[in-house]
Amino acid sequence: MSAIGLKIPLPRSRHVLPGFRLSLGITLFYMTGLVLIPLLALVIRPFSLGLDGFWNAISTPRVLASLRLSFGMAFLAAAIDSVFGFVIAWVLVRYRFPGKGLLDAVIDLPFALPTAVAGIALSTLYAPNGWIGSLLIAHDIRIAYTPWGVLVAMTFIGLPFTVRTLQPVLSELGLEIEEVAATLGATRLQTISRVVVPMLMPALLTGAAMAFARGVGEYGSVIFIAGNIPAVSEIAPLLIVTKLEQYDYAGAAAIGVVMLGASFVLLLALNGLQSWAAKRR
Amino acid sequence: MSALFNSGIAPRQRFHRPTDDPVWLKALLVVMAFGFIAVLLLLPLLLVFREAFAGGFLALWTAITEPDSLAAVRLSLMAAAIAVPLNTVFGIAAAWSIAKFDFPGKTFLVTLIDLPFSVSPVVSGLIYVLVFGMQGWFGPQLADHNIHILFALPGIVLATMFVTFPFVARELIPLMMDQGRDEEEAAATLGASGLSTFLRVTLPNIKWGLLYGVLLCNARALGEFGAVSVVSGHIRGVTNTMPLHIELLYNNYDYVGAFAVAALLAMLGLITLALKSLLEWRYADELAAMHRH
Repeated sequence: MSAIGLKIPLPRSRHVLPGFRLSLGITLFYMTGLVLIPLLALVIRPFSLGLDGFWNAISTPRVLASLRLSFGMAFLAAAIDSVFGFVIAWVLVRYRFPGKGLLDAVIDLPFALPTAVAGIALSTLYAPNGWIGSLLIAHDIRIAYTPWGVLVAMTFIGLPFTVRTLQPVLSELGLEIEEVAATLGATRLQTISRVVVPMLMPALLTGAAMAFARGVGEYGSVIFIAGNIPAVSEIAPLLIVTKLEQYDYAGAAAIGVVMLGASFVLLLALNGLQSWAAKRR
Repeated sequence: MSALFNSGIAPRQRFHRPTDDPVWLKALLVVMAFGFIAVLLLLPLLLVFREAFAGGFLALWTAITEPDSLAAVRLSLMAAAIAVPLNTVFGIAAAWSIAKFDFPGKTFLVTLIDLPFSVSPVVSGLIYVLVFGMQGWFGPQLADHNIHILFALPGIVLATMFVTFPFVARELIPLMMDQGRDEEEAAATLGASGLSTFLRVTLPNIKWGLLYGVLLCNARALGEFGAVSVVSGHIRGVTNTMPLHIELLYNNYDYVGAFAVAALLAMLGLITLALKSLLEWRYADELAAMHRH
Protein backbone atom coordinates (compact mmCIF):
# COMPACT_ATOMS: atom_id res chain seq x y z
CA MET A 1 0.00 0.00 0.00
CA SER A 2 2.74 2.37 0.95
CA ALA A 3 4.44 1.75 -2.38
CA ILE A 4 1.32 2.93 -4.19
CA GLY A 5 1.08 5.87 -1.86
CA LEU A 6 4.57 6.93 -2.74
CA LYS A 7 3.78 6.88 -6.42
CA ILE A 8 1.09 9.52 -6.10
CA PRO A 9 2.65 12.67 -7.53
CA LEU A 10 2.86 15.66 -5.24
CA PRO A 11 0.22 18.25 -6.04
CA ARG A 12 1.54 21.03 -8.19
CA SER A 13 -0.04 23.64 -5.99
CA ARG A 14 0.55 23.96 -2.28
CA HIS A 15 -3.11 24.74 -1.90
CA VAL A 16 -5.97 22.30 -1.64
CA LEU A 17 -8.54 24.84 -2.74
CA PRO A 18 -8.63 26.11 -6.31
CA GLY A 19 -8.67 29.68 -7.51
CA PHE A 20 -5.75 31.16 -5.61
CA ARG A 21 -4.05 32.64 -8.63
CA LEU A 22 -7.29 33.82 -10.20
CA SER A 23 -8.67 35.50 -7.09
CA LEU A 24 -5.38 37.05 -5.98
CA GLY A 25 -4.74 38.08 -9.58
CA ILE A 26 -8.06 39.93 -9.82
CA THR A 27 -7.45 41.52 -6.42
CA LEU A 28 -3.94 42.71 -7.21
CA PHE A 29 -4.88 43.92 -10.70
CA TYR A 30 -7.79 45.88 -9.27
CA MET A 31 -5.77 47.34 -6.41
CA THR A 32 -2.89 48.29 -8.67
CA GLY A 33 -4.98 49.96 -11.34
CA LEU A 34 -7.53 51.60 -9.13
CA VAL A 35 -5.48 52.45 -6.05
CA LEU A 36 -1.71 52.12 -6.29
CA ILE A 37 -0.99 53.83 -9.63
CA PRO A 38 -3.30 56.80 -8.93
CA LEU A 39 -1.87 57.13 -5.40
CA LEU A 40 1.62 57.11 -6.84
CA ALA A 41 0.59 59.88 -9.23
CA LEU A 42 -0.55 61.91 -6.22
CA VAL A 43 2.55 61.30 -4.11
CA ILE A 44 4.99 62.10 -6.92
CA ARG A 45 3.18 65.17 -8.21
CA PRO A 46 4.05 67.82 -5.59
CA PHE A 47 7.74 67.01 -5.92
CA SER A 48 7.65 68.33 -9.45
CA LEU A 49 7.94 71.58 -7.49
CA GLY A 50 10.99 70.32 -5.63
CA LEU A 51 11.08 69.93 -1.88
CA ASP A 52 11.16 73.70 -1.39
CA GLY A 53 8.27 74.13 -3.78
CA PHE A 54 6.28 71.51 -1.88
CA TRP A 55 6.98 73.32 1.38
CA ASN A 56 6.05 76.68 -0.12
CA ALA A 57 2.81 75.23 -1.49
CA ILE A 58 1.62 74.03 1.91
CA SER A 59 3.01 76.78 4.12
CA THR A 60 0.93 79.64 2.74
CA PRO A 61 -1.33 81.17 5.42
CA ARG A 62 -4.47 80.13 3.55
CA VAL A 63 -3.43 76.46 3.28
CA LEU A 64 -2.24 76.33 6.88
CA ALA A 65 -5.49 77.90 8.07
CA SER A 66 -7.53 75.34 6.13
CA LEU A 67 -5.50 72.44 7.53
CA ARG A 68 -5.80 73.83 11.05
CA LEU A 69 -9.57 74.15 10.60
CA SER A 70 -10.04 70.66 9.16
CA PHE A 71 -7.88 68.92 11.75
CA GLY A 72 -8.93 71.07 14.72
CA MET A 73 -12.67 70.82 14.13
CA ALA A 74 -12.41 67.11 13.32
CA PHE A 75 -10.67 66.64 16.67
CA LEU A 76 -13.37 68.57 18.53
CA ALA A 77 -16.11 66.70 16.66
CA ALA A 78 -14.49 63.35 17.51
CA ALA A 79 -14.36 64.39 21.19
CA ILE A 80 -18.06 65.38 21.21
CA ASP A 81 -19.00 62.19 19.37
CA SER A 82 -17.02 60.12 21.87
CA VAL A 83 -18.88 61.60 24.86
CA PHE A 84 -22.33 61.29 23.33
CA GLY A 85 -21.38 58.02 21.64
CA PHE A 86 -20.60 56.62 25.08
CA VAL A 87 -23.92 57.81 26.51
CA ILE A 88 -25.89 56.45 23.54
CA ALA A 89 -24.07 53.11 23.50
CA TRP A 90 -24.53 52.80 27.28
CA VAL A 91 -28.23 53.51 27.05
CA LEU A 92 -28.69 51.10 24.14
CA VAL A 93 -26.78 48.25 25.77
CA ARG A 94 -27.81 48.59 29.42
CA TYR A 95 -31.30 50.05 29.58
CA ARG A 96 -34.72 49.02 28.35
CA PHE A 97 -37.00 51.80 27.25
CA PRO A 98 -39.65 52.43 24.60
CA GLY A 99 -38.29 53.52 21.23
CA LYS A 100 -34.99 51.71 21.73
CA GLY A 101 -35.18 49.91 18.39
CA LEU A 102 -35.85 53.16 16.58
CA LEU A 103 -32.96 54.90 18.34
CA ASP A 104 -30.67 52.03 17.40
CA ALA A 105 -31.69 52.10 13.73
CA VAL A 106 -31.45 55.88 13.41
CA ILE A 107 -27.78 55.98 14.52
CA ASP A 108 -26.69 54.86 11.03
CA LEU A 109 -28.51 57.72 9.33
CA PRO A 110 -25.29 59.67 8.58
CA PHE A 111 -23.96 56.56 6.78
CA ALA A 112 -27.13 56.19 4.75
CA LEU A 113 -27.87 59.81 3.94
CA PRO A 114 -25.76 61.07 1.01
CA THR A 115 -23.43 63.83 2.17
CA ALA A 116 -24.83 66.45 -0.20
CA VAL A 117 -28.31 65.85 1.23
CA ALA A 118 -26.99 66.18 4.77
CA GLY A 119 -25.08 69.27 3.72
CA ILE A 120 -28.00 71.27 2.36
CA ALA A 121 -30.24 70.09 5.21
CA LEU A 122 -27.77 71.16 7.93
CA SER A 123 -27.11 74.43 6.15
CA THR A 124 -30.82 75.25 5.90
CA LEU A 125 -31.41 74.17 9.49
CA TYR A 126 -28.68 76.33 11.01
CA ALA A 127 -28.98 79.33 8.65
CA PRO A 128 -30.12 82.53 10.43
CA ASN A 129 -33.67 81.94 9.14
CA GLY A 130 -33.64 78.17 9.73
CA TRP A 131 -35.40 76.14 12.42
CA ILE A 132 -32.39 76.06 14.76
CA GLY A 133 -30.52 79.06 13.40
CA SER A 134 -33.41 81.45 14.08
CA LEU A 135 -33.53 80.34 17.73
CA LEU A 136 -29.80 80.84 18.13
CA ILE A 137 -29.62 84.16 16.32
CA ALA A 138 -31.88 85.57 19.05
CA HIS A 139 -28.99 84.92 21.43
CA ASP A 140 -26.55 86.28 18.87
CA ILE A 141 -25.09 82.85 18.16
CA ARG A 142 -24.26 82.11 14.54
CA ILE A 143 -23.43 78.60 13.39
CA ALA A 144 -23.99 78.44 9.64
CA TYR A 145 -21.28 80.13 7.55
CA THR A 146 -18.83 80.16 10.51
CA PRO A 147 -16.23 77.58 11.67
CA TRP A 148 -18.88 76.25 14.10
CA GLY A 149 -20.90 75.10 11.12
CA VAL A 150 -17.95 72.92 10.16
CA LEU A 151 -18.04 71.45 13.68
CA VAL A 152 -21.78 70.67 13.45
CA ALA A 153 -21.38 68.87 10.12
CA MET A 154 -18.35 66.87 11.31
CA THR A 155 -20.14 65.89 14.54
CA PHE A 156 -23.11 64.73 12.43
CA ILE A 157 -20.98 62.61 10.14
CA GLY A 158 -18.83 61.05 12.89
CA LEU A 159 -21.44 59.93 15.42
CA PRO A 160 -22.15 56.43 14.05
CA PHE A 161 -18.45 55.53 14.24
CA THR A 162 -18.19 56.05 17.99
CA VAL A 163 -21.54 54.45 18.84
CA ARG A 164 -21.02 51.44 16.60
CA THR A 165 -17.50 50.74 17.90
CA LEU A 166 -18.50 51.02 21.55
CA GLN A 167 -21.76 49.07 21.38
CA PRO A 168 -20.41 45.50 20.80
CA VAL A 169 -17.52 45.96 23.25
CA LEU A 170 -19.82 47.28 25.95
CA SER A 171 -22.27 44.41 25.55
CA GLU A 172 -19.41 41.89 25.74
CA LEU A 173 -18.09 43.50 28.89
CA GLY A 174 -20.70 41.89 31.11
CA LEU A 175 -21.89 43.02 34.51
CA GLU A 176 -19.65 40.78 36.62
CA ILE A 177 -16.67 43.11 36.67
CA GLU A 178 -18.81 45.99 37.85
CA GLU A 179 -20.36 43.77 40.51
CA VAL A 180 -16.91 42.82 41.72
CA ALA A 181 -15.95 46.48 41.89
CA ALA A 182 -19.11 47.21 43.87
CA THR A 183 -18.55 44.35 46.35
CA LEU A 184 -15.01 45.60 46.86
CA GLY A 185 -16.51 48.88 47.98
CA ALA A 186 -16.19 51.09 44.92
CA THR A 187 -18.84 53.71 44.39
CA ARG A 188 -20.73 53.70 41.10
CA LEU A 189 -18.74 56.65 39.84
CA GLN A 190 -15.45 54.98 40.75
CA THR A 191 -16.57 51.79 39.01
CA ILE A 192 -17.36 53.68 35.82
CA SER A 193 -14.27 55.87 35.78
CA ARG A 194 -11.72 53.33 37.07
CA VAL A 195 -13.08 50.06 35.66
CA VAL A 196 -15.49 50.53 32.78
CA VAL A 197 -13.87 53.44 30.93
CA PRO A 198 -10.34 51.93 31.02
CA MET A 199 -11.74 48.63 29.72
CA LEU A 200 -13.48 50.50 26.92
CA MET A 201 -10.46 52.66 26.13
CA PRO A 202 -9.34 50.82 22.98
CA ALA A 203 -12.88 50.97 21.58
CA LEU A 204 -13.30 54.60 22.62
CA LEU A 205 -10.06 55.57 20.90
CA THR A 206 -10.85 53.47 17.82
CA GLY A 207 -14.24 55.10 17.41
CA ALA A 208 -12.77 58.55 17.98
CA ALA A 209 -10.00 57.93 15.45
CA MET A 210 -12.51 56.77 12.85
CA ALA A 211 -14.73 59.79 13.46
CA PHE A 212 -11.66 62.03 13.29
CA ALA A 213 -10.49 60.49 10.00
CA ARG A 214 -13.92 60.90 8.50
CA GLY A 215 -14.19 64.49 9.73
CA VAL A 216 -10.78 65.55 8.41
CA GLY A 217 -11.63 64.39 4.91
CA GLU A 218 -15.31 65.26 4.91
CA TYR A 219 -16.45 67.45 2.04
CA GLY A 220 -20.09 67.15 1.01
CA SER A 221 -21.82 67.75 4.33
CA VAL A 222 -19.44 70.56 5.31
CA ILE A 223 -19.15 72.87 2.32
CA PHE A 224 -22.78 74.03 2.33
CA ILE A 225 -22.88 75.02 6.00
CA ALA A 226 -19.30 76.33 6.22
CA GLY A 227 -19.69 79.45 4.10
CA ASN A 228 -16.17 78.77 2.80
CA ILE A 229 -14.56 82.08 3.72
CA PRO A 230 -10.83 81.74 2.88
CA ALA A 231 -8.65 81.36 5.99
CA VAL A 232 -11.75 81.42 8.23
CA SER A 233 -14.18 78.64 7.38
CA GLU A 234 -12.52 77.03 4.36
CA ILE A 235 -11.72 73.33 4.90
CA ALA A 236 -8.67 71.69 3.34
CA PRO A 237 -10.59 69.43 0.90
CA LEU A 238 -12.37 72.48 -0.49
CA LEU A 239 -9.06 74.25 -1.00
CA ILE A 240 -7.91 71.24 -3.06
CA VAL A 241 -10.97 71.68 -5.28
CA THR A 242 -10.35 75.43 -5.57
CA LYS A 243 -6.73 74.87 -6.58
CA LEU A 244 -7.80 72.29 -9.17
CA GLU A 245 -10.25 74.78 -10.63
CA GLN A 246 -7.36 77.23 -10.97
CA TYR A 247 -5.33 74.48 -12.71
CA ASP A 248 -2.81 74.53 -9.85
CA TYR A 249 -2.43 70.74 -9.94
CA ALA A 250 0.81 70.64 -7.96
CA GLY A 251 -0.61 72.89 -5.24
CA ALA A 252 -3.73 70.71 -5.00
CA ALA A 253 -1.58 67.57 -4.90
CA ALA A 254 0.59 69.05 -2.11
CA ILE A 255 -2.45 69.45 0.17
CA GLY A 256 -3.65 66.03 -0.99
CA VAL A 257 -0.35 64.44 0.06
CA VAL A 258 -0.58 65.99 3.52
CA MET A 259 -4.11 64.64 3.92
CA LEU A 260 -3.14 61.23 2.56
CA GLY A 261 -0.24 61.12 5.01
CA ALA A 262 -2.64 61.86 7.85
CA SER A 263 -4.94 59.06 6.61
CA PHE A 264 -2.06 56.61 6.60
CA VAL A 265 -0.98 57.58 10.11
CA LEU A 266 -4.57 57.18 11.31
CA LEU A 267 -4.90 53.83 9.58
CA LEU A 268 -1.71 52.59 11.28
CA ALA A 269 -2.93 53.96 14.61
CA LEU A 270 -6.23 52.11 14.12
CA ASN A 271 -4.38 48.87 13.37
CA GLY A 272 -2.30 49.40 16.49
CA LEU A 273 -5.43 50.02 18.54
CA GLN A 274 -6.98 46.86 17.17
CA SER A 275 -4.07 44.67 18.21
CA TRP A 276 -4.01 46.43 21.59
CA ALA A 277 -7.67 45.59 22.04
CA ALA A 278 -7.07 42.00 20.94
CA LYS A 279 -4.22 41.60 23.45
CA ARG A 280 -6.37 42.83 26.31
CA ARG A 281 -9.21 40.47 25.57
CA MET B 1 -27.30 40.39 56.26
CA SER B 2 -30.88 40.99 57.29
CA ALA B 3 -32.02 40.46 53.72
CA LEU B 4 -30.41 37.05 53.82
CA PHE B 5 -32.08 35.98 57.06
CA ASN B 6 -35.48 37.36 56.29
CA SER B 7 -35.77 35.94 52.80
CA GLY B 8 -38.98 33.99 52.51
CA ILE B 9 -40.34 35.23 55.80
CA ALA B 10 -40.55 38.97 55.61
CA PRO B 11 -42.39 40.71 52.75
CA ARG B 12 -40.18 40.60 49.68
CA GLN B 13 -37.49 43.16 49.95
CA ARG B 14 -36.40 44.68 46.67
CA PHE B 15 -32.82 43.69 46.06
CA HIS B 16 -30.81 46.49 44.59
CA ARG B 17 -28.17 45.36 42.13
CA PRO B 18 -25.05 47.47 42.25
CA THR B 19 -25.11 47.67 38.45
CA ASP B 20 -28.66 49.02 38.43
CA ASP B 21 -28.44 52.74 37.87
CA PRO B 22 -30.95 54.88 39.76
CA VAL B 23 -34.08 55.74 37.81
CA TRP B 24 -33.29 59.44 37.61
CA LEU B 25 -29.92 58.71 36.02
CA LYS B 26 -31.45 56.28 33.54
CA ALA B 27 -34.06 58.85 32.60
CA LEU B 28 -31.46 61.57 32.26
CA LEU B 29 -29.19 59.51 30.00
CA VAL B 30 -32.06 58.25 27.84
CA VAL B 31 -33.36 61.79 27.41
CA MET B 32 -29.84 62.96 26.57
CA ALA B 33 -29.44 60.24 23.94
CA PHE B 34 -32.82 60.94 22.38
CA GLY B 35 -32.29 64.70 22.47
CA PHE B 36 -28.88 64.53 20.82
CA ILE B 37 -30.10 62.16 18.11
CA ALA B 38 -33.27 64.16 17.50
CA VAL B 39 -31.49 67.48 17.05
CA LEU B 40 -28.42 66.22 15.25
CA LEU B 41 -29.85 63.46 13.03
CA LEU B 42 -33.63 63.57 12.85
CA LEU B 43 -34.22 67.28 12.36
CA PRO B 44 -32.12 67.42 9.16
CA LEU B 45 -34.00 64.42 7.78
CA LEU B 46 -37.35 65.95 8.65
CA LEU B 47 -36.30 69.22 7.06
CA VAL B 48 -35.43 67.53 3.75
CA PHE B 49 -38.96 66.19 3.36
CA ARG B 50 -40.57 69.34 4.73
CA GLU B 51 -38.73 71.53 2.20
CA ALA B 52 -39.31 69.09 -0.66
CA PHE B 53 -43.07 69.27 -0.09
CA ALA B 54 -43.04 73.02 0.66
CA GLY B 55 -44.37 73.84 -2.80
CA GLY B 56 -46.87 71.01 -2.84
CA PHE B 57 -46.68 67.63 -4.47
CA LEU B 58 -47.00 69.03 -7.99
CA ALA B 59 -43.92 71.26 -7.60
CA LEU B 60 -42.00 68.27 -6.25
CA TRP B 61 -43.04 66.13 -9.19
CA THR B 62 -42.17 68.87 -11.70
CA ALA B 63 -38.74 69.34 -10.12
CA ILE B 64 -37.93 65.64 -10.27
CA THR B 65 -39.22 65.06 -13.80
CA GLU B 66 -37.45 68.11 -15.21
CA PRO B 67 -35.02 66.91 -17.97
CA ASP B 68 -31.80 67.84 -16.15
CA SER B 69 -32.94 66.07 -12.98
CA LEU B 70 -33.87 62.99 -14.95
CA ALA B 71 -30.50 63.07 -16.69
CA ALA B 72 -28.84 63.22 -13.26
CA VAL B 73 -30.87 60.25 -12.03
CA ARG B 74 -29.99 58.31 -15.16
CA LEU B 75 -26.27 59.09 -14.85
CA SER B 76 -26.19 58.12 -11.16
CA LEU B 77 -27.97 54.85 -11.88
CA MET B 78 -25.62 54.10 -14.77
CA ALA B 79 -22.48 54.79 -12.71
CA ALA B 80 -23.78 52.57 -9.91
CA ALA B 81 -24.80 49.86 -12.39
CA ILE B 82 -21.18 49.64 -13.57
CA ALA B 83 -19.33 50.25 -10.32
CA VAL B 84 -21.35 48.00 -7.99
CA PRO B 85 -21.07 44.71 -9.98
CA LEU B 86 -17.35 45.28 -10.58
CA ASN B 87 -16.78 45.96 -6.90
CA THR B 88 -18.80 42.87 -6.04
CA VAL B 89 -16.53 40.70 -8.20
CA PHE B 90 -13.50 42.35 -6.63
CA GLY B 91 -14.90 41.89 -3.14
CA ILE B 92 -15.51 38.18 -3.68
CA ALA B 93 -12.09 37.67 -5.26
CA ALA B 94 -10.31 39.58 -2.49
CA ALA B 95 -12.19 37.77 0.27
CA TRP B 96 -11.58 34.37 -1.36
CA SER B 97 -7.85 34.93 -1.70
CA ILE B 98 -7.45 36.47 1.76
CA ALA B 99 -9.70 34.11 3.71
CA LYS B 100 -8.90 30.80 2.03
CA PHE B 101 -5.14 31.13 1.43
CA ASP B 102 -2.01 32.26 3.21
CA PHE B 103 0.48 34.48 1.46
CA PRO B 104 3.01 37.10 2.51
CA GLY B 105 1.78 40.68 2.64
CA LYS B 106 -1.78 39.69 3.50
CA THR B 107 -2.10 42.12 6.42
CA PHE B 108 -0.83 44.94 4.26
CA LEU B 109 -3.36 44.08 1.56
CA VAL B 110 -6.21 44.12 4.09
CA THR B 111 -5.04 47.51 5.38
CA LEU B 112 -4.84 48.85 1.84
CA ILE B 113 -8.39 47.73 1.12
CA ASP B 114 -9.52 49.89 4.04
CA LEU B 115 -7.77 52.97 2.69
CA PRO B 116 -10.73 54.61 0.87
CA PHE B 117 -12.60 54.73 4.19
CA SER B 118 -10.03 57.03 5.70
CA VAL B 119 -9.06 59.04 2.62
CA SER B 120 -10.91 62.25 1.88
CA PRO B 121 -13.36 61.84 -1.02
CA VAL B 122 -11.76 64.90 -2.61
CA VAL B 123 -8.35 63.18 -2.55
CA SER B 124 -10.04 60.11 -4.09
CA GLY B 125 -11.12 62.26 -7.03
CA LEU B 126 -7.86 64.17 -7.18
CA ILE B 127 -5.75 61.07 -7.81
CA TYR B 128 -7.65 60.38 -11.04
CA VAL B 129 -7.27 63.98 -12.16
CA LEU B 130 -3.53 63.57 -11.72
CA VAL B 131 -3.55 60.40 -13.82
CA PHE B 132 -6.02 61.30 -16.56
CA GLY B 133 -6.12 65.12 -16.49
CA MET B 134 -4.56 67.26 -19.22
CA GLN B 135 -1.63 67.95 -16.88
CA GLY B 136 -1.71 64.35 -15.69
CA TRP B 137 0.26 61.25 -16.64
CA PHE B 138 -1.87 59.91 -19.48
CA GLY B 139 -3.99 62.99 -20.23
CA PRO B 140 -2.25 64.25 -23.39
CA GLN B 141 -2.00 60.78 -24.98
CA LEU B 142 -5.66 60.07 -24.28
CA ALA B 143 -6.63 63.44 -25.74
CA ASP B 144 -4.67 62.59 -28.92
CA HIS B 145 -6.78 59.47 -29.34
CA ASN B 146 -9.94 61.39 -28.46
CA ILE B 147 -10.62 59.27 -25.38
CA HIS B 148 -12.44 61.15 -22.64
CA ILE B 149 -12.11 59.87 -19.10
CA LEU B 150 -12.28 62.99 -16.99
CA PHE B 151 -15.42 65.10 -17.17
CA ALA B 152 -17.19 62.07 -18.66
CA LEU B 153 -18.77 58.78 -17.55
CA PRO B 154 -15.53 56.75 -17.20
CA GLY B 155 -14.06 59.22 -14.71
CA ILE B 156 -17.27 59.28 -12.69
CA VAL B 157 -17.33 55.47 -12.65
CA LEU B 158 -13.66 55.26 -11.61
CA ALA B 159 -14.09 57.71 -8.75
CA THR B 160 -17.24 55.89 -7.61
CA MET B 161 -15.44 52.56 -7.77
CA PHE B 162 -12.55 53.86 -5.68
CA VAL B 163 -14.80 55.20 -2.97
CA THR B 164 -17.01 52.10 -2.79
CA PHE B 165 -14.70 49.13 -3.45
CA PRO B 166 -14.06 48.28 0.24
CA PHE B 167 -17.74 47.73 1.11
CA VAL B 168 -18.21 44.17 -0.25
CA ALA B 169 -14.67 43.06 0.61
CA ARG B 170 -14.96 44.47 4.17
CA GLU B 171 -18.08 42.45 4.86
CA LEU B 172 -16.87 39.23 3.26
CA ILE B 173 -13.28 39.00 4.56
CA PRO B 174 -14.08 38.57 8.29
CA LEU B 175 -17.14 36.46 7.47
CA MET B 176 -15.22 34.02 5.27
CA MET B 177 -12.25 33.94 7.64
CA ASP B 178 -14.61 33.01 10.44
CA GLN B 179 -16.13 30.18 8.41
CA GLY B 180 -12.73 28.66 7.78
CA ARG B 181 -11.71 26.39 4.94
CA ASP B 182 -13.03 22.99 6.06
CA GLU B 183 -16.22 22.93 4.04
CA GLU B 184 -14.52 24.01 0.83
CA GLU B 185 -11.68 21.56 1.38
CA ALA B 186 -14.18 18.76 1.93
CA ALA B 187 -15.91 19.69 -1.31
CA ALA B 188 -12.59 19.79 -3.15
CA THR B 189 -11.47 16.38 -1.87
CA LEU B 190 -14.84 14.94 -2.91
CA GLY B 191 -14.04 16.07 -6.41
CA ALA B 192 -16.10 19.21 -6.80
CA SER B 193 -14.76 21.72 -9.27
CA GLY B 194 -13.71 25.17 -8.10
CA LEU B 195 -16.79 26.80 -9.55
CA SER B 196 -19.26 24.35 -8.07
CA THR B 197 -17.46 24.52 -4.71
CA PHE B 198 -17.95 28.25 -4.75
CA LEU B 199 -21.54 28.19 -5.99
CA ARG B 200 -22.78 25.32 -3.81
CA VAL B 201 -20.69 25.61 -0.67
CA THR B 202 -19.31 29.11 -0.24
CA LEU B 203 -22.04 31.23 -1.75
CA PRO B 204 -24.88 29.84 0.40
CA ASN B 205 -22.75 30.57 3.46
CA ILE B 206 -21.97 34.14 2.56
CA LYS B 207 -25.08 35.25 0.68
CA TRP B 208 -26.48 37.51 3.41
CA GLY B 209 -23.14 39.11 4.10
CA LEU B 210 -22.71 39.60 0.37
CA LEU B 211 -26.13 41.19 0.06
CA TYR B 212 -25.33 43.44 3.01
CA GLY B 213 -22.10 44.61 1.39
CA VAL B 214 -23.73 45.18 -2.00
CA LEU B 215 -26.50 47.17 -0.33
CA LEU B 216 -24.06 49.54 1.39
CA CYS B 217 -21.90 49.74 -1.72
CA ASN B 218 -24.89 50.71 -3.84
CA ALA B 219 -26.10 53.36 -1.41
CA ARG B 220 -22.70 54.99 -1.29
CA ALA B 221 -22.27 54.74 -5.08
CA LEU B 222 -25.52 56.62 -5.70
CA GLY B 223 -24.80 59.19 -3.01
CA GLU B 224 -21.10 59.86 -3.52
CA PHE B 225 -20.42 63.57 -3.81
CA GLY B 226 -16.84 64.68 -3.13
CA ALA B 227 -14.91 62.28 -5.35
CA VAL B 228 -17.35 62.53 -8.24
CA SER B 229 -17.48 66.31 -7.90
CA VAL B 230 -13.74 66.57 -8.61
CA VAL B 231 -13.81 64.44 -11.78
CA SER B 232 -17.22 65.27 -13.24
CA GLY B 233 -16.74 68.76 -14.65
CA HIS B 234 -20.27 69.74 -13.54
CA ILE B 235 -21.86 69.91 -16.98
CA ARG B 236 -25.56 70.35 -16.32
CA GLY B 237 -27.67 67.55 -17.74
CA VAL B 238 -24.57 65.71 -18.98
CA THR B 239 -22.05 64.91 -16.22
CA ASN B 240 -24.03 65.91 -13.13
CA THR B 241 -25.00 62.98 -10.92
CA MET B 242 -27.88 63.34 -8.45
CA PRO B 243 -25.77 64.72 -5.57
CA LEU B 244 -24.03 67.16 -7.94
CA HIS B 245 -27.38 68.25 -9.33
CA ILE B 246 -28.53 68.98 -5.78
CA GLU B 247 -25.51 71.24 -5.28
CA LEU B 248 -26.17 73.07 -8.53
CA LEU B 249 -29.84 73.66 -7.77
CA TYR B 250 -29.09 74.72 -4.20
CA ASN B 251 -26.43 77.20 -5.25
CA ASN B 252 -28.88 78.62 -7.80
CA TYR B 253 -31.38 79.22 -4.95
CA ASP B 254 -33.76 76.62 -6.44
CA TYR B 255 -34.52 75.18 -2.99
CA VAL B 256 -37.64 73.26 -4.02
CA GLY B 257 -35.69 71.57 -6.80
CA ALA B 258 -32.66 70.87 -4.62
CA PHE B 259 -34.73 69.38 -1.80
CA ALA B 260 -36.88 67.42 -4.26
CA VAL B 261 -33.83 65.55 -5.57
CA ALA B 262 -32.47 65.41 -2.01
CA ALA B 263 -35.72 63.80 -0.84
CA LEU B 264 -35.34 61.19 -3.57
CA LEU B 265 -31.84 60.34 -2.33
CA ALA B 266 -32.97 60.48 1.30
CA MET B 267 -35.72 57.96 0.49
CA LEU B 268 -33.08 55.71 -0.99
CA GLY B 269 -31.02 56.12 2.18
CA LEU B 270 -34.01 55.26 4.36
CA ILE B 271 -34.81 52.18 2.29
CA THR B 272 -31.17 51.10 2.59
CA LEU B 273 -31.30 51.65 6.33
CA ALA B 274 -34.51 49.63 6.65
CA LEU B 275 -33.14 46.74 4.57
CA LYS B 276 -29.90 46.86 6.54
CA SER B 277 -31.76 46.70 9.85
CA LEU B 278 -33.89 43.85 8.50
CA LEU B 279 -30.78 41.90 7.44
CA GLU B 280 -29.11 42.53 10.80
CA TRP B 281 -32.20 41.36 12.64
CA ARG B 282 -33.14 38.33 10.49
CA TYR B 283 -29.67 37.01 9.88
CA ALA B 284 -27.96 38.12 13.05
CA ASP B 285 -26.09 34.81 13.39
CA GLU B 286 -24.78 34.76 9.84
CA LEU B 287 -23.72 38.38 10.07
CA ALA B 288 -22.39 38.18 13.61
CA ALA B 289 -18.90 37.29 12.47
CA MET B 290 -18.55 40.62 10.73
CA HIS B 291 -19.37 42.64 13.78
CA ARG B 292 -17.09 40.70 16.06
CA HIS B 293 -14.06 41.93 14.16
